[in-house]
Amino acid sequence: MTAKKVTLALLLLTGSAQALAETPQDFVAKYTAEAGAGFKPSAARGKSFFTKEFGANKDMPSCSTCHTKDINTKGKHAITGKVIEPLSPAANAERFTTAKKVEKWFKRNCNEVVGRECTPAEKADFIQFAIEGGKA
Amino acid sequence: MKRFIALLLLAFGMNAAYAEGHKMTVPPNAKWKEECSSCHIAYPPKLLTADNWEKMMGGLNKHFGANAELDAKDNKEILDFLKKHAGDSTRYSSTSLRISDTPWFKREHRSVAAKEWVHPEVKSKSNCSACHQNVARGYSEHDVRMPGGKRWEEEEDDDD
Repeated sequence: MTAKKVTLALLLLTGSAQALAETPQDFVAKYTAEAGAGFKPSAARGKSFFTKEFGANKDMPSCSTCHTKDINTKGKHAITGKVIEPLSPAANAERFTTAKKVEKWFKRNCNEVVGRECTPAEKADFIQFAIEGGKA
Repeated sequence: MKRFIALLLLAFGMNAAYAEGHKMTVPPNAKWKEECSSCHIAYPPKLLTADNWEKMMGGLNKHFGANAELDAKDNKEILDFLKKHAGDSTRYSSTSLRISDTPWFKREHRSVAAKEWVHPEVKSKSNCSACHQNVARGYSEHDVRMPGGKRWEEEEDDDD
């Protein structure tokens, strides 16, 4: 074994597996498990959640205000004008691949648009919808 | 060879940011760079006071109209970095917490006509890169292009 191989093996063993990319399906599975027994993720529920007007924020009534109703296209932040890359993993391979980012944006956007943190069930439904590309 | 490239990169980086004739070196911090440049350019720490940064990082859930919350660990790491390299005079102090309201910003931009700020390519004073080309990599007065592509120097010539 070369030194490089040993280092690689060590890295793999010592929890840098955490840093390896996850898949959108991994997150659906994780949130489904958190949602409790009997829960089944639904893209249809995810879709209606995505377009629902929560009334918590008049500038951003729904997720689709900024992300647009087509998750395969770019969106635009209603206040800052920041361009938002597509939500769909099919159109944007980086979507739902890092736990930290997924949690960070759910926390920000749920608090801002829904007016509270989202539940694991809502998160699972939503990512399921994103995976299926809105064809629910 | 690798070492040579590293040296070159280092020399380049040190050259990075100049303003009002003095060096505005931005020390590297990966977390700051990643988080603070995901919506706008990562503004150099020295452009606000430590007190300003503390207030800013304490209210990220209402960050100029957007929720920019971080987890507690990242928030602390970035705040520590910002405070360590913060501006140390009232020139960099802003009660609104907007860098564009500091005496430094106002003085540096005093010759910029009002119409330039509302130009569709500019829109906001926070949009440094509308005029300062490559500003995310560092500041140089030679890199200034006014809206419409004119060089800043030409603008001044027009006034003569």
